[in-house]
Amino acid sequence: MFQFIFRRLSLVIPTFIGITLLTFTLIHMIPGDPIEVMAGERGVSPERHAELSAQLGLDKPLYEQYFHYVVGIAQGDLGQSLVTREPVMNEFLTLFPATVELAICAAIFAILVGLPAGIFAAVKRGTVLDHSVMTLSLTGYSMPIFWWALLLMLVFSVTLGWTPVSGRIDVVYWIDNTTGFMLIDSWLSGEEGAFKSAVSHLILPSIVLGTIPMAVIARMTRSSMLEVLSEDYIRTARAKGIAPWRVIVIHALRNALIPVITVIGLQVGTLLSGAILTETVFAWPGIGKWLIESISRRDYPVVQGGILIVATIIIVVNLLVDIAYGVVNPRIRHNR
Amino acid sequence: MSLLQLENLSVTFGNFRAVDNISYKLEEGEVLGIVGESGSGKSVSSLSVMGLIDFPGKVGANQLTFAGQDLQAMPEKQRRKLTGSDIAMIFQDPMTSLNPCFSVGYQIIEALKTHQGGSKKALKQRAIELLTQVGIPAPESRLNNYPHQLSGGMSQRVMIAMAIACNPRLLIADEPTTALDVTIQAQIIDLLIELQRKKKMGLVLITHDLALVAEVAHRVIVMYAGQIVESGPAAEVFRTPKHPYTQALLASLPESSSGKARLEALPGVVPGQYDRPQGCLLSPRCPYAQEQCHKVEPDNQGPLDRQVKCHTPLDSEGRPAA
Repeated sequence: MFQFIFRRLSLVIPTFIGITLLTFTLIHMIPGDPIEVMAGERGVSPERHAELSAQLGLDKPLYEQYFHYVVGIAQGDLGQSLVTREPVMNEFLTLFPATVELAICAAIFAILVGLPAGIFAAVKRGTVLDHSVMTLSLTGYSMPIFWWALLLMLVFSVTLGWTPVSGRIDVVYWIDNTTGFMLIDSWLSGEEGAFKSAVSHLILPSIVLGTIPMAVIARMTRSSMLEVLSEDYIRTARAKGIAPWRVIVIHALRNALIPVITVIGLQVGTLLSGAILTETVFAWPGIGKWLIESISRRDYPVVQGGILIVATIIIVVNLLVDIAYGVVNPRIRHNR
Repeated sequence: MSLLQLENLSVTFGNFRAVDNISYKLEEGEVLGIVGESGSGKSVSSLSVMGLIDFPGKVGANQLTFAGQDLQAMPEKQRRKLTGSDIAMIFQDPMTSLNPCFSVGYQIIEALKTHQGGSKKALKQRAIELLTQVGIPAPESRLNNYPHQLSGGMSQRVMIAMAIACNPRLLIADEPTTALDVTIQAQIIDLLIELQRKKKMGLVLITHDLALVAEVAHRVIVMYAGQIVESGPAAEVFRTPKHPYTQALLASLPESSSGKARLEALPGVVPGQYDRPQGCLLSPRCPYAQEQCHKVEPDNQGPLDRQVKCHTPLDSEGRPAA
């Protein structure tokens, strides 16, 4: 097991080099430069432009800039934002809890709805229930996130007035930033209605962000369950005379979960990339919104650093998924 | 009262009759061999006794009783109490019949817990006893093994331990040795027969292996295309087969073709869903078929304990009656 983890970790290094190269190249390929954007409509004199460029290190050749950037990363320094002059890491850490909170709630929604839906569809294969679950999940999967968000907002926030339109909590509350997680902070604050407000702000973004993972999980669970249900050992379990629910939940689900866990792990990528759109539409102050804004400002260090951190998270989660896989599946555990 | 009694049992999948009106009886402590080629309905008929035929399969019978209890009229829950305890089954491929995610101990104890209950310690003790009974060395350490750590023969022993866990009165063995090595086959059969004698179980042995049936079964049923074509005491059926199909099965054994370049074989294949012939189902392949064989389905002939489904049963010389 230890050897297995070590081997997986050694594969991470080339991935990192690839990511730094890719983000660096792509962001510098976008036309426009940060100084012009900062200056705005009024423009900036050529002398001032050159001065600022030299100050920010943007006058050096690209390979030198890249080298400087990589050396910084190796020392754990992601650089400073060109706009706010704050270290990228600090900005990230302030905003990250909001995204994590949203992603966790979306994942919970996706699993709580997707897993049972997939199981039911498989057990009731070929019935109306099965077809409706599969049609709904295909619809959910194909839905453009921003459009789905606007649609839900229109129905539930604007027309019905059930949920707030945007933000993390009503402006009337002033919540101390203890953990960065609004649900916990608002609970701790003890202010009346604060927690409820935080929850109601989370509902729509979580559903929007969780829709695609939910659809993927439902479809994967269904096909995996169908495969497992036709296995010989399911017949053996039934021949023992154990209750049907036990056959499904204990004997079938445990086996069916193996591929589903992998898929859930892969959805972390979808959640983080989906967060960019969801956060923008719902004005959710997380890293998705932060990245989008930094791209439009040509804030090179923020874009590079932000993407690198997000990529790291995805890599780590995938590694954890591989380990979880070994825990669920004895065949893998023993082969290592 | 017979242990198991079927009368006109049919299993249909849509329009297809996988099992077509079969009837047989099994007494307590009796070994019944069911032989026939693949797709002749041997396994499906046994699965229907276990109550394991799923939608869209349909089971119907005039009578389906176990020790006098009507299995068809029984509520689902009550029937599950019988399955796995009084009626148990072992399957063809032991390597895929054990759940790969659970240890051997868990799977045996689960069977015990479902039907008998008891303390954790007692259950574990009983599981160890069972593994000893089926001849698994170092049973205590084997309890924590996972199926992928066992060989095929070991897995089948575990399957047998699981099946006999609740002291069944009827054990159905569906080609228990087909997936195993030849050297292991004999051991598994010896074990099954030994357990059957010790526990006085009724045993239904489904197999392709005619020699095996001849050796261990009291009575034998020959199936073809979902029907029973011949039944009777094993020794008699094999010495003087009355049905042309049984005769052909025996002739196809390598032992019967010694000195010949090719093995004997019936031309053609078992009829499927769309090419079921009129009259006798064997008629297109039967060397003795006459005009009426192609038109009229034969009835079962002969006394109850020695039946044959043929218009012109063979005589003791192996020739069709006039």
